Amino acid sequence: MFFTTPSGMSRRHFMSHMLGASAMVGASMAMNHSLASAAATLRANNKRCILMWMGGGPSTIDIWDLKPGAATGGPFKPIRTTGDLEICEHMPLTAQVMDRLSIIRNMSTREADHDRGRYYMHTGYVPNPNVQHPSYGSVVAHELAEYRKDLEIPPFVSIGGGSEGPGFLGMSWAPFNVDSNGRIRDLEMSVNEARLQRRLASLQMLETSFISENRGAAAAEHAKVLDKTLQLMTSQQMSAFNVAQEPTAVSERYGQTNFGRSCLLARRLVEANVPFVEVNLGGWDNHDNIFPTLRDQRLPELDKGMSALVQDLTERGLWQDTVVLWMGEFGRTPRINGNTGRDHWARCWSVVAGGGGIKGGIAVGKTNEDGTQVDGPSYSSEDLMASICQAMGISLSTTFQSSNGRPMKIANGGKLIKELFS
Amino acid sequence: MQTKLAVSLIGFRAAICVFVGFSILVAPNAAGLAQISPSQTVSTTSPSGSLTRASAPVPIQVDKINELVRKSWADFNLSPSSSESDSKWVRRLYVDLLGRIPSPAEQREFANDEAKDKRVALVRRLLHDDRYTLDYARNWTTIWTNLLIGRTGGTANNSLVSREGMQKYLRDSFARNKPYHTMVHDLITATGSTKPGTENFNGAANYLADKVNEENATLATSSVSKLFLGLQIQCTQCHNHPFNDWKQDKYWEFNAFFRQTRALRRFVRGTNDIANAELIDQDYAGESNNPEKADLFYELRNGLVKVAYPVFVDGTKVDPSGYVQDVNRRQELSKLILGSKFFDQAAINRMWGHFFGYGFTKPIDDLGSHNVPSNAELLSFLADEFRKVDYDQKQVIEWLVLSEAYQLSSKANPGNQLDDPTLGEAPKFSHYYIRPFAAEELYESLLLLTRGSSEESNYQTTEEQKSAWLQQFSTEFGTDEGDESIDFSGTIAQVLMMFNGEMVRAATRAGGGGVLQQIIQDPKADIRVKIERMFDATLARNPSKKEATAFLQLVQTSGSPVEGLEDIWWALLNSNEFIFNH
Repeated sequence: MFFTTPSGMSRRHFMSHMLGASAMVGASMAMNHSLASAAATLRANNKRCILMWMGGGPSTIDIWDLKPGAATGGPFKPIRTTGDLEICEHMPLTAQVMDRLSIIRNMSTREADHDRGRYYMHTGYVPNPNVQHPSYGSVVAHELAEYRKDLEIPPFVSIGGGSEGPGFLGMSWAPFNVDSNGRIRDLEMSVNEARLQRRLASLQMLETSFISENRGAAAAEHAKVLDKTLQLMTSQQMSAFNVAQEPTAVSERYGQTNFGRSCLLARRLVEANVPFVEVNLGGWDNHDNIFPTLRDQRLPELDKGMSALVQDLTERGLWQDTVVLWMGEFGRTPRINGNTGRDHWARCWSVVAGGGGIKGGIAVGKTNEDGTQVDGPSYSSEDLMASICQAMGISLSTTFQSSNGRPMKIANGGKLIKELFS
Repeated sequence: MQTKLAVSLIGFRAAICVFVGFSILVAPNAAGLAQISPSQTVSTTSPSGSLTRASAPVPIQVDKINELVRKSWADFNLSPSSSESDSKWVRRLYVDLLGRIPSPAEQREFANDEAKDKRVALVRRLLHDDRYTLDYARNWTTIWTNLLIGRTGGTANNSLVSREGMQKYLRDSFARNKPYHTMVHDLITATGSTKPGTENFNGAANYLADKVNEENATLATSSVSKLFLGLQIQCTQCHNHPFNDWKQDKYWEFNAFFRQTRALRRFVRGTNDIANAELIDQDYAGESNNPEKADLFYELRNGLVKVAYPVFVDGTKVDPSGYVQDVNRRQELSKLILGSKFFDQAAINRMWGHFFGYGFTKPIDDLGSHNVPSNAELLSFLADEFRKVDYDQKQVIEWLVLSEAYQLSSKANPGNQLDDPTLGEAPKFSHYYIRPFAAEELYESLLLLTRGSSEESNYQTTEEQKSAWLQQFSTEFGTDEGDESIDFSGTIAQVLMMFNGEMVRAATRAGGGGVLQQIIQDPKADIRVKIERMFDATLARNPSKKEATAFLQLVQTSGSPVEGLEDIWWALLNSNEFIFNH
């Protein structure tokens, strides 16, 4: 009993009763929609994006940018990969797919607090009390909505939590949160068609009357989300969430871990044309005892899931259309602290990107010998977001209007990381 | 906006034409509002708990609030909305004060009161009558638990926090109406064991138990300054703040107050499972190992290392000795916080924000000089009065909910349409601002409808069930700072829960023993009356003529009247009007 349409009801029939609410969603989209992209003509855009979010701030000096021999280097050794760069010895499977992934080793940011870093890396903006900025997933879902008219399931899915919200774009662009098993609670109403129709007709009457009373926009936002929920409850596309349908051989390849299942679920969702999926792997806030934790827990789980995802997307012919991004809120200090841990460090660290036409197998930028400074030019969250938007076919001249009427440039006007597109 | 509504209305009409033959304009609600004036007498509670009328005038603070709020209406040329109807105002008051909607019996009690001052009497009944002590304490315990330890605090295995212990402390404090400054002093200076039933138990210790051990107590630093002073100093941990006058040294000087404090883990005998934690103060040697002058070091962004000792935000220096017997740094901090004007203002700002939806600053816990309050005169008046009444929280609540602004409808009119904080405008409170129920408010309201009355069953069991229910909407970020978010208001997950979830199913079962059953089984009420009672119980209003006709027809064309009534009940619970406080 995983996904069922309420008994005896066709989707068409059901939806005809929510016409009112559907019309409202359409109108509000037109109203909110960014100036630049509203003018864009309809063309195909099959791009998708999977963000692997490493909550807590992963130690990129131990994974992607090793400093063997330096006092800050730690015990791990670098190994060769299929790309033109080396990575950590405890990532052997990922080493085999590095021809498709590139490491940006010269990230330099300013936010070393978890909340602020998470917000900044997700939105390209530092937190501001008067404006809530939309996160990657909401921006992509919003910008690609016109190319996904047949999509009945939420366009921004967050697996395992940890994402940021839709900000001024509004709750209908909020992440839809599921756990790694793809389980969605309370999907069935278990009443017959006649009763369901009575319920919905009654609800519409109440809902509309309250909206018309001029008590504020939030009342109508609720109606929009009702409509999205109804669409989802009856959609055949919901089977994309049923990760248990995958053959054992496939799930074994991803690893029988939360992260492995999350990556597999992400692949199913992008296959079903969901434009943005965020996968969360936490546990990177390693202030104590970092090396055994990475070697025995975090890295094996990451290595298996990440490599399987890249390989699977490639084999299914999805790699050219799917951008994959790996990052956390910041890196960790080169200095190893008194508890054999590393602390928060935003000054120089690494992220990983590939797919969707992004060049693979290279290291962009570099850090100095002990990993305490970027050596040469550096990139910011804004630059990374601009580059991901570029790869997703989203115009960098897109401008949003925030709820207080201020224009907001997409990706906060970041500059392209050119090396990824040469 | 207008176009959007028109389109949707057409859609809705099409959908309901099945059973609506005609439509009639909704009759306006009879206003019939009693104006509250200082000279009126009000009812209070006698020691035995029974209600008597006694002469106690409306506090003078209410007049001053009205004056200052009206002044801002005049300044911005706003005409306030009309007063809200009695029944809807009662619903609002119950939700804000007790964290749940009123039961049908409670609504009747108010409706049957013919006194002119019945709003005042109701406020005092909810605040002072023994019948409501538990409800009141539960609601404010929920609010403060979330502020102090978050929705997930103490729910993980091996947490140092006992959620039960935290709640026990808060419940006792609110039930006894402990003065706010005493409560804050308890929380900042607590020592002892976190878990009820253990030796040396002190529930207040749960606030800091998981905020002092890691990362040199940075969590304690940011939480205490934010909650009790409305000062956001956490950003200055690593650098000077770009747009307020906080400097990095202030952060570390504040942080120095927590360096004597540790949370010791106590294990279940013979295992690695944490049984409880014990919060203690111990001598602090300082980072250069000189307890007479116990220092700490921090690093500037340019790599330079500086030294810090305990200094309060206003520059008051505290003896730097690290010996607890010379100076207990948390005790000193508490004294300084309680003496600060930020302390009074932060409390009032939060309280006002609770009852009016928005505080005088945004965010509510940022009173820094860069963030000018929208009605500074009112904020500082209330802050001063709060201190004058020795931080009696119930008195402040009474002032706020008896003020004119709190009586107003949430319906905007052409003369105050622009008073809309969702557009980034500073709130002027010329109408009530609607807001979705917090998760706990919705839970408690559904529970009341399912049980059929406001009587409490086993408190601890209910709290545990509520906490388990909330976990499905809570997300923890993968950090060791315990950051979390709740995926609830306005999300698909919430709509699915309300559409199909077990709580709503239980509340919608005609035979489930709840309010719906009471209404359906009343032999004296015909279908029309039953429908009216259902509207009353959920939305605190009568159906419009159009609704009454439509829903009556719906029941008549249903498989059975019971099914029809269940379906209407389901729709009422799922409506925006139900899940919003308005």
